[in-house]
Amino acid sequence: MQTAVVVLLDGLAYGMVLFIISVGLTVTMGLMRVVNLAHGSFAMVGGYVAAVLVGAGMPFFAALVAGTVAAGLLGGLSEITIFRPLYRKGELAQVLMTFGMVFVTIAALTFFFGTDIKRLPVPDYLGGLVDIGFRTYPTYRLFLIAVGAVLAVGLWYLIEGSLYGARLRAAVDNPKMARAVGIDVNRLFTVTFIGGCALAGFGGIIGADMLPLEPFYALRYLVPFLVIVAVGGHGSFKGSFVAAITLGLIDTAGKFLVPSIAPYLFFGLVFVLLLLRPHGLWPAKSAG
Amino acid sequence: MNASANALEIRGLSKNFGALAVAQSIDLDLKPGARMGLIGPNGAGKTTLINLLTGMLAPDAGAISLNGEAIARMKPEDRVRRGLVRTHQINTLLTEMNVLDNVAVAIAERDGIAWRMFRYGGQWRACLAEADERLREIGIDAVADRRVSELPYGQQRLLEIAIALALRPRVLLLDEPAAGVPAAESHVIHDVLERLPKDIAILIIEHDMDVVFRFAREITVLVQGRILTRGVPSEIAANPEVRAVYLGRSVK
Amino acid sequence: MNTLQKPTLGDDRVSPLWHALPWLLALAFYFVGAGYHSLGTNILVYILLTLSLDLALGYAGIITLGHAAFFGFGAYTAALFAMHVYNEPVTGLIVATVLTGIFAALTGMLILHTQGVTLLMLTLAISILIAEWANRAHDITGGEDGLRVTMGYVLGLFRFDLWGRVAYLYALAVLFVWFLAAWSIVHSPFGRSLDGIRQSPPRMRAIGTPVWWRLVAIYAISGAMAGTAGALSAQTTRFVGLNTLHVLISGIAVVMLVLGGTKRLYGAFIGATIYVLVQDIAAKVNPFYWMFVIGGLLMATVMFLEGGLMEVLDIIRRRFRRLFARVRL
Repeated sequence: MQTAVVVLLDGLAYGMVLFIISVGLTVTMGLMRVVNLAHGSFAMVGGYVAAVLVGAGMPFFAALVAGTVAAGLLGGLSEITIFRPLYRKGELAQVLMTFGMVFVTIAALTFFFGTDIKRLPVPDYLGGLVDIGFRTYPTYRLFLIAVGAVLAVGLWYLIEGSLYGARLRAAVDNPKMARAVGIDVNRLFTVTFIGGCALAGFGGIIGADMLPLEPFYALRYLVPFLVIVAVGGHGSFKGSFVAAITLGLIDTAGKFLVPSIAPYLFFGLVFVLLLLRPHGLWPAKSAG
Repeated sequence: MNASANALEIRGLSKNFGALAVAQSIDLDLKPGARMGLIGPNGAGKTTLINLLTGMLAPDAGAISLNGEAIARMKPEDRVRRGLVRTHQINTLLTEMNVLDNVAVAIAERDGIAWRMFRYGGQWRACLAEADERLREIGIDAVADRRVSELPYGQQRLLEIAIALALRPRVLLLDEPAAGVPAAESHVIHDVLERLPKDIAILIIEHDMDVVFRFAREITVLVQGRILTRGVPSEIAANPEVRAVYLGRSVK
Repeated sequence: MNTLQKPTLGDDRVSPLWHALPWLLALAFYFVGAGYHSLGTNILVYILLTLSLDLALGYAGIITLGHAAFFGFGAYTAALFAMHVYNEPVTGLIVATVLTGIFAALTGMLILHTQGVTLLMLTLAISILIAEWANRAHDITGGEDGLRVTMGYVLGLFRFDLWGRVAYLYALAVLFVWFLAAWSIVHSPFGRSLDGIRQSPPRMRAIGTPVWWRLVAIYAISGAMAGTAGALSAQTTRFVGLNTLHVLISGIAVVMLVLGGTKRLYGAFIGATIYVLVQDIAAKVNPFYWMFVIGGLLMATVMFLEGGLMEVLDIIRRRFRRLFARVRL
């Protein structure tokens, strides 16, 4: 029973990290209909920036902000230089370009930092263990779950309740109609892309405990991020949340309970799910 | 199986998307050589009906028979082989290929040689030759060499029709053939429509009432997935319900 | 205007001399490339892999990052066949090719009704699943250690020599056979319908094309070809390891294809050669330097040179022709 709770909490924490990183990806893929295999790179860069700053003496939360901003800026730069020309070039070009970006970022980070894991030390008051009744449990993981939940709620309000969110949803559902109604779709793209990359950076920083920072990060976690988008449905906030949490739980539980078949379990499930629901659990309403 | 005189027979065709009924118990008969216009306000379910007929959408209930054969369970490609062909409201042409190849590919498919993995030789040349003829019939053989992406929109619409005809249809479903074509070019399409082979049964969706009344010998009015009424053009024009549905838009 | 002489697939206007060039170069290399034959064989293997991907991705438009599954499947099948059944290379090659083709057909049937990111994910999922299995089934696959294979005489006549010269000719012959097949397919009505499917599946359905069957067919052929490449790799290096199943191989194949140019068949030759050379040279400088170069090349190609390097060659060739035409006049 104890172990069940621990597995549950671990899975939840892992899922939250995946969610924070992936939600930006699903929104931009649903909104801009651009395939972005390099999304993990933004998470990775954010993490590395924060790690370097913390190593240089900056307090954790300041570095968190700095890293998030850095990831967002990089996202903005990429959107203008790389992604804009890609919108009309089709899926294959996007896959190839972003795949190339992954290679480049891996190589660059290896050049500067080597292949070892880059540690991101958390502040003392977040480290350590907390008593959850029948046993102790890492404080940081509970922190992750809390942050994830707050962020999920906050984003939910943003998307469902704000004008920006309304515009975003309209543009995701029907870009032509949205333009016709006067929504500046291009600016929406840029803002959302920056936001998504910043969120990824944020997730990369706080999630460094569960997704260790190393140069192959972008490639290693590419599949889980894409799976969350594909299974949840492009552009679906709810879908990415459900898919991320489920994925986190299944992966953690699998590794714990049936380690010999855990990868089969996970990918087998993804496989079956995608076969049955090719457009994800919450498919985008307009197909084109 | 009844040997029916109808080229296309639809009985009780229904389709729901959740609570929304996009097709409600539709009955329709098309005799060989028919010229039937399908009109109705936006969202009435006209294109949905075509998608149900071609097999892109699966109906919830109802029967469709093509030349006496039940096809409601058949895959789209099998229906095409049996002579049920459509054109699209928005062009779906092979934009990287030239005009001639677009038609030739359809002919190759029709003749059943498209699966052959060996060099084309004589058969492909025969397809190209026939394609040239088809283009001449429609009047766009002058641009046979050009890439589809370079053509003006009106000629692209003509190409859609040419491809459909190349498949030797027995029932032809035209989804707004003149849609999006500038007024200056649309008479060309109207001419083509009038010269379509007399033995083909044609169902045409159109918003342009001039076209419908000139072309159709019978008109069916679809509103919210249901058939409101049907009849010859003069009856439809005089029908107050139809006028009401179009909210004061003048119907000659 | 005689349109009957102008098919839209570019290669047809190339004179036979240009066709013979890569083969002549490859043959010449056999005689002059002493000490580098194993590198040459590596290039040939990668050309075959890239060629297979060109069929699926370049012509049919199946976006896949899962071709490593076929490469590795072919490699392990060939190795295991040689170890447990019969170690004559050509027999093993044929067996590996056929079995990989069947594997590709089966997985293709499962996933080819999907498109886009979903299809990409499914190809990745298959690739990862089989890599995972190979990792665990170390009784069969040797796991992390891989398998060492001893090959018999090719057709009972030619022994694989220590310098890799026989292996080189063997690989070249196999590549030539598959190239002929690919050429035939691409210029056939089937190839044309695939091109149509890539451009617009709805249009092809509307003319009665059984889209799914065609895609499964080309996917199976492409998979078989990749399997042959894997088998060649295993047989000529006498070793097969888990890296043959790794996603990185799929990625590298895509890079080679794009660099050289999709839909050009010979693009595979250029892309694979460049990649192997770059990797060989750059890896000596810094193990990760090649990733930077390759990633950069990939991005640059997509951004500026959609037709890959074949397009550059085309431009050069056209300039030559204009030059000659002017000179003759």
